[in-house]
Amino acid sequence: MSVGELRVAINSDQDIVMARQKGRAMAMELGFSAGDATLIAAAISELARNIVSYAGRGEILLKPARGPNLTGIGIVARDDGPGIRDIPQALRDGFSTSGSLGIGLPGVKRLMDEFEINSVPGRGTMIAVKKWKP
Amino acid sequence: MEVPILKQGQVLIATFQAALSDADLKHLRIGLVEQVVKFRSRGVIVDVTAMDVMDSFASRTLREIAQMIRLRGAETVIVGIQPEVAFAMVQLGLKLEGVATALDLEEGLEYLHEKFKETN
Repeated sequence: MSVGELRVAINSDQDIVMARQKGRAMAMELGFSAGDATLIAAAISELARNIVSYAGRGEILLKPARGPNLTGIGIVARDDGPGIRDIPQALRDGFSTSGSLGIGLPGVKRLMDEFEINSVPGRGTMIAVKKWKP
Repeated sequence: MEVPILKQGQVLIATFQAALSDADLKHLRIGLVEQVVKFRSRGVIVDVTAMDVMDSFASRTLREIAQMIRLRGAETVIVGIQPEVAFAMVQLGLKLEGVATALDLEEGLEYLHEKFKETN
């Protein structure tokens, strides 16, 4: 069985729904339970929402993930937006600069098993997360 | 994706047919409040059984809908949040504070009718 990479362009709020539905479908295809697939879809929804809210456009990359004794799903959210000046602050619960969220990143971190963030102010943000199958 | 709103006596029932985008949710917010005014409804049920994910925007919009409707003197109940959707909401730290929830449409209607009795 092979599941390929999938790239979803994020340009509007419609694409948020598209990205999380594709992510859910891939999670199911990779053998995640329906419950876990919902958690993965929720994380994708927040990641895509950050792109729309802060950068306007970007992309979500979905792919199977493999570790030494693990398989799972990897999600990369990328944009060329304003970037995050203070990453530790953005990872604290309740923090928001757009005034609308303040939930996104810490929540995504809790939902997933691995979380990596790279952001350069003025250049963009890359967030890579993974969820392993139990 | 338009959310159909059904009028049943003093109650309006909005049933999500599929996953909703932000624009759909905003549209629902306006539509519901307008209809509550138009029909002088006393209660609103929002059935989210078909909602795949309740993220920060969806939760916030549902809270806003309930608050607006309360300002009109009516009650809102959210019904049909699926167990895994609820689990993801908790993990994301999302709350529907101040918004009544019930298991399904039937329990939502029961809740509203109890509320109507209290105020009569």
